[in-house]
Amino acid sequence: MQLKMRRGELDSAFERKLHGRYHEMAPNVVPMDYTKDPDVKLPMQLIINMPELKENPFKERIVESFSEDGEGSLSFNDFVDMFSVLSEMAPRELKAIYAFKIYDFNTDNFICKADLEKTLNKLTREELTAEEITLVCEKVIEEADMDGDGKLGFADFENMISKAPDFLSTFHIRI
Amino acid sequence: MGKRKKCKLRDIMEDVGIEIDGQVESDSESEEDEVKDKRSKKQTRREIVRANRLERKKSQKNKEENESKEEENCPQQSRASRRKNHRMKRNDGKKGGGERDKKASSKDEKESENKEKKTNMKGKEEENKQKKGRKNSASSNSSNSSDEESLSEEELAMLMEEVEQKKKLISTMRNKPWRMMKKLSVLREAQAFVEKFEGALGKGKGKKLYAYKMMMAKKWVKFKRDFDNFKTQCIPWEMKIKEVESHFGSSVASYFIFLRWMYGVNLVLFGLIFGLVIIPEVLMGMPYGSMPRKTVPRAEQATAMDFSVLWDFEGYIKYSALFYGYYNNQRTIGWLKYRLPMAYFMVGISVFGYSLMVVIRSMARNANESTADGDDDNFVFSWKMFTSWDYLIGNPETADNKFASITTSFKESIVDEQESNKDENIHLRRFLRVLANVLIICCLCGSGYLIYFVVKRSQTFSKMQNAGWYERNEVEIVMSLLGMFCPPLFETIATLENYHPRIGLKWQLGRIFALFLGNLYTFLLALMDDVNEKLAEEDVVKNITRWTLFGHYNSSMENSTATPAPLDPADVPRGPCWETTVGIEIVRLTVSDILVTFVTILVGDFIRACFVRFMNYCWCWDLEAGFPSYAEFDISGNVLGLVFNQGMIWMGSFYAPGLVGINVLRLLTSMYFQCWAVMSSNVPHARVFKASKSNNFYMGLLLLILFLSLLPVAYTIMSLPPSFDCGPFSGKKRMYDVIQETIELDFPLFVAKIFGYVANPGLIIPAILLMVLAIYYLNAVSEAYQRANAELKKKMQLQREEEKNKRNNKASTNSMMQDLEDLLAPSTKSESSPKQAEDKKKDSPNQASPVGKQEKAEVLNSSPIAAGRRAAFIPPPHVLVTRPLTPGTWAPYPQPRQPWPGGRPMGPFPGRGRGQPRYIHPV
Repeated sequence: MQLKMRRGELDSAFERKLHGRYHEMAPNVVPMDYTKDPDVKLPMQLIINMPELKENPFKERIVESFSEDGEGSLSFNDFVDMFSVLSEMAPRELKAIYAFKIYDFNTDNFICKADLEKTLNKLTREELTAEEITLVCEKVIEEADMDGDGKLGFADFENMISKAPDFLSTFHIRI
Repeated sequence: MGKRKKCKLRDIMEDVGIEIDGQVESDSESEEDEVKDKRSKKQTRREIVRANRLERKKSQKNKEENESKEEENCPQQSRASRRKNHRMKRNDGKKGGGERDKKASSKDEKESENKEKKTNMKGKEEENKQKKGRKNSASSNSSNSSDEESLSEEELAMLMEEVEQKKKLISTMRNKPWRMMKKLSVLREAQAFVEKFEGALGKGKGKKLYAYKMMMAKKWVKFKRDFDNFKTQCIPWEMKIKEVESHFGSSVASYFIFLRWMYGVNLVLFGLIFGLVIIPEVLMGMPYGSMPRKTVPRAEQATAMDFSVLWDFEGYIKYSALFYGYYNNQRTIGWLKYRLPMAYFMVGISVFGYSLMVVIRSMARNANESTADGDDDNFVFSWKMFTSWDYLIGNPETADNKFASITTSFKESIVDEQESNKDENIHLRRFLRVLANVLIICCLCGSGYLIYFVVKRSQTFSKMQNAGWYERNEVEIVMSLLGMFCPPLFETIATLENYHPRIGLKWQLGRIFALFLGNLYTFLLALMDDVNEKLAEEDVVKNITRWTLFGHYNSSMENSTATPAPLDPADVPRGPCWETTVGIEIVRLTVSDILVTFVTILVGDFIRACFVRFMNYCWCWDLEAGFPSYAEFDISGNVLGLVFNQGMIWMGSFYAPGLVGINVLRLLTSMYFQCWAVMSSNVPHARVFKASKSNNFYMGLLLLILFLSLLPVAYTIMSLPPSFDCGPFSGKKRMYDVIQETIELDFPLFVAKIFGYVANPGLIIPAILLMVLAIYYLNAVSEAYQRANAELKKKMQLQREEEKNKRNNKASTNSMMQDLEDLLAPSTKSESSPKQAEDKKKDSPNQASPVGKQEKAEVLNSSPIAAGRRAAFIPPPHVLVTRPLTPGTWAPYPQPRQPWPGGRPMGPFPGRGRGQPRYIHPV
């Protein structure tokens, strides 16, 4: 990616900006000079306190999905990865893949009812009653589950999300 | 990479690069010499191509061969080390390149980490590298120089194709769900390839242009986004309404949107009336005090400035440009020769014309919108779940609002859902609905009769001289009591019907509307009585005035020979001017309505909320949950208030041009005041429901009231004579005579003729007939379209179901086949407990114990087709081996042929990639 960055001026600006942000989160850990590709990782706690992520109910999941070890600490590459997927230019398919990962809380490659419940609780700050939650989760599965296995595989998810009118505009972070 | 970092890099490059440059130069020269020695220096394109071909072969052998050719600016350690490896490999595989490398490395022995520098140099010295590539090819060419001239077109084409492919890879790199490391390496590879051969093929000139284009495209996107933001910011009160919507649901927001729309319409009306009537009159008309109609009569002058008088719109306000009576009947005014009476008439008509047009247009557009988005009801909840959070939100306050709005919208959809699959006793429900309607019709009839009765009585009271306060105000009291008690009564009755709240709201609106029609009726009746009385009075006054003037001039003639002193305009006896009376009546009503609305909100909502909130600490029962609690926002009452108020404005604007100004102020304050009141002292409805997509029901009510208010105005214009001494039409027999007059005096003769023909009933009746026919035809067409639309929707639904079923069947057959396989090859199975198998029944069918699996399959595949097939299909053993993968089912999936770099345990779908390659999981 860095290569590409160098070719298109805007991209390099993007990456420079990202590095600035990455550096600024932990100035004494992250070096300014990345020529030697230091093995630096920032813990999740730092990342999710970025103003871009702070209010997001799924911030932990986002960071976890993009971290290479799955624990939530991000190297600079992961960091660039995250914001390029969430950028405006990323295509729908790519966004769909990562959205699927984000909403798949227990990382079993299916969005099952428990995942849906968690999503819903995060979205509504647990203001819905238990019955309402069950109803909504059942409806979601009923709507989007094309293969009838009671949970959403990626194919189901992509089929559903590809028709959503405002997925692209909402699954998008400007940095 | 950071800016400083880059600078640093450049420094390093400069340090090293210059040094290396020299080396490279010498290096290449020496190589060149070698080449020269070996063969002629004729370097054709073909050779390059041949080299490329070789390169390709090599790259097939070793995938990452091209890595050394990359033009990386800031090599990273891992890369460097990897490169090292590759280079080693290449040294084995390829002779020429290896030689060169060796040479290079041997040349700068001082450097311990020569790789890094090498790459640095390469990053900078692209041309050099190109050259080297050629030389490379040349040397290798010379080594196996067998078919120098046999390069064909197809090889060129192949090469081009490959370059295209690589380019495509680069451009779609973003789409690949790979880790950054992998992306980087693949990208480097591909780019190096393209870089190298594109130049050789004489392409790549458009790169700059392409970059420029990309940049412009990006800028354009940004500009569009900013412009959109700007546009949203320009919509007045958008943020306010969104905030209300997020807490109270779209139904409450629909009222505010309606209010905003109303404000827009009234602003236009205000512009029309003020710009074309009031301002010309004030600027160019005769000043105050110059005529009897523009002067306060002598008897009233003493109190004309008192607040109590002004509050009643008497005194100076009555004789101002806000009312009809002030206007003069002079044909033209000022140096512009502005035809004020004509303008007054036309504006009066165009107020109605514009309103009708705008209401109907907005209704049509709403209807369009509501039919346009057809089948988005398939994924209501899924989309809400997965796309409703806006990842852009970074502001805590916005986030709070968003949480509220998501919760509200979920609740709305839940209500819809609950309503749609409510199983109920249909007979009982029907009976209750009929009962409720009967009750409400009884209520309406009763209140109608009550109004009629009271109006009758008031007419007798008005003839009595010594009527008390109650007698005089009986109608108003009864009306307001009805208005106070009937809506809650209706609401109570409506609970019997148990409609969806959205439909319930419509019924409620309709019923209260019918009740308020009685209000309108009494008001109009009283007004007509008033007007008739004034008309009778006017006949008398007319004579008196004439005689007074006559007498005045006569007497002055007789008394002195001098010219008579003109009679002071304040002393001239004048008629009652029924138009101004009507105007004042309506303005008074509007103002009192405004006050009542605001006071109601203040007391009923705000004071109540304060009371409940603060007295709750020291009260014997729970005020918040118990009796008074907080108020809900009364949608139906507010909407109807707005609609009826607008009716009043339409009715009164002809006789009181200033009324629209008052209304604009009212709507403006009401917007802010009600927004504040809602946010501060109301609670959301118990069942937050979604407003219908179009607020066409409100518009329909508005249209009805527009029509109803048009009728009395049209009647008075067409059939009552205007007052003789006030208003722009004084002295004419009918108000519309002003048009005839204008046509006769200001237009050429043929226009008058044409006008006469057009006004001929022989022409009008066929025109109306034609219109009716057109309406009939268009209606039929639209109905046909609607039917077709519904049909298509049904078809789509069916198709969707079918697809679902198909997939289900496929899944079941697949699992069935797996069962069979399990049965046929039991020896390969590893043993695992049935419980475990239950857990991952889908993920690892191989590991399930055959018996448990079969049982499960029995349950799963209860569909007759599957069962039948299962019975019929006992596959021969070789099916097991040759069964093809079913890639179609997993098409959109990035097959993890290469698992995620970094070996993360949970890549997107690791189980699939590493699991059983023979089975694609049934979907």
